[in-house]
Amino acid sequence: MAIKFATDEWIKALCAQLNANEAYAQAAKDWEGDFYFIVEPEGSLTETIYLYMDLWHGKCREAFATKNPDERNPAYRMSAPMSTWRKVIEKQLDPIQGMMTRKLKLKGDMMRVMKVPKAAIEIVNSCTKIETEFLE
Amino acid sequence: MWYFRTPEIVFGEDALSHLDELEGQRAFIVTDPTLASLGFVEVIQKHLRAAGMESAVFAEVEPDPSLQTVRRGAQTMREFGPDWIIGLGGGSSMDAAKAMWFLYENPEADPAGINPFDKLGLRRKARLIAIPTTSGTGAETTWYLVLTDLESRRKLALLNPEIMPDIAIVDPSLVINLPPQITADTGMDALTHAVEAYISTWHNDFSDGLSLKAIQLIFEYLPRAYADGGDAEAREKMHNAATIAGMAFGNSVTGLAHAMGHTMGAVWHIPHGRAVGLALPYVLEFTRAEAGERLAEIVCFLGMEPEPAGRAAYVLAHRIRELMRRIGQPVTLPELGISADDFESALAELTEKTELDASALTNARMATTAEIERLYRYAFAGKEVDF
Ligand SMILES: [Zn+2]
Repeated sequence: MAIKFATDEWIKALCAQLNANEAYAQAAKDWEGDFYFIVEPEGSLTETIYLYMDLWHGKCREAFATKNPDERNPAYRMSAPMSTWRKVIEKQLDPIQGMMTRKLKLKGDMMRVMKVPKAAIEIVNSCTKIETEFLE
Repeated sequence: MWYFRTPEIVFGEDALSHLDELEGQRAFIVTDPTLASLGFVEVIQKHLRAAGMESAVFAEVEPDPSLQTVRRGAQTMREFGPDWIIGLGGGSSMDAAKAMWFLYENPEADPAGINPFDKLGLRRKARLIAIPTTSGTGAETTWYLVLTDLESRRKLALLNPEIMPDIAIVDPSLVINLPPQITADTGMDALTHAVEAYISTWHNDFSDGLSLKAIQLIFEYLPRAYADGGDAEAREKMHNAATIAGMAFGNSVTGLAHAMGHTMGAVWHIPHGRAVGLALPYVLEFTRAEAGERLAEIVCFLGMEPEPAGRAAYVLAHRIRELMRRIGQPVTLPELGISADDFESALAELTEKTELDASALTNARMATTAEIERLYRYAFAGKEVDF
């Protein structure tokens, strides 16, 4: 059954997909950092949603959705409106090109992210495995 | 949304005379000892004098330039205080000039920190001219550079749009009579840039035409430039083709052949162009389904019989191997001088490094670990890829 994007259920499903993704585990094996994937309000989404993910040496240790930006203080924050996230998840926007054109705004240590581009691509690959329903 | 970026390109016979028109006071030339000894630097300096400019030279760039050399060069550059910087040479000299320029403008900064997202603040003190003396790397048009850190023994691949040269001078007099081996190696690099740019996941309308034209020029003129180093027309066409291919891949990146080539170059210390060229036909066969339509377009553009998308990869790969044989390039790993023992002992490292190379990510078909290993096995056996 399709899972609604930007929900607690969806980010937990992504966490599970990542933990089953061998290529991701390999690409991110020396990497650690926690993220807010921030979904900015657009269309019927009226409030900002913060999707938290703790990525640790090729595994996802924790994931949840919140509306409270202060719930955690992650090392990285990547933000975009709903429609841009949709393009990434549906592979119409390459995440690296998205960052370079600032469609995806990333705050945090850029150099550490650039060292593992393959991990970024594999996160997107895992997203595509979730049957996702988008709010219009 | 994406960008198409290119320097101003000055090309053709006597293109170097553009230097006579430069406005500025002081130019700093970055090059290697060989070019300095061949008298190329004096030619450049003569033009700079005609422009009323003073010049200084740093001729210590080594192949695979190091962070340490670049720091030394930047120090000399600061003492001279140029308003123009000229990178003269192959990819190494042009990359070294880019890095020295960055350090000249930002004395406190660490080049290892160059990333595509930050503002570098270049062009406050000087602008950059790139003058290639081989026909291959395309570094005169790209915003990409590679340095080696001798301390950590790591290669740093750095990119930022600001690091692109302002002017590229593509003068064929600088490549006349290049030795055949260098012609072949660098020519295969240019061909691989053009083909990979056309089928990468970042390909775009603005770079596509450049790819096709470069591929056409290389098929026609590389064998001639290889057979007769003094063939002026072939030299000029190849020199243009390499820069055109540079403009293509500079805006739409490369693919898996470059990931494999970078890795083989690092593991076995073989020239970049020879390594990427060897990988290219295998990668095209591997990518036959995902890039089939686009490879069929290349086949058509070359004036060959139209092929169904499913066959185009094999036809083009065959055509490329034919070209490679004509110019004495290896098409299998044993022909490259790799023994079975060397191959088996390196295979795990080759596979792992290739998978993590950023160029592997923009291939139209993303290869798994097992597929990369198989590709190397096929390249060793010289077998057509069928998986
Ligand atoms: Zn190359």
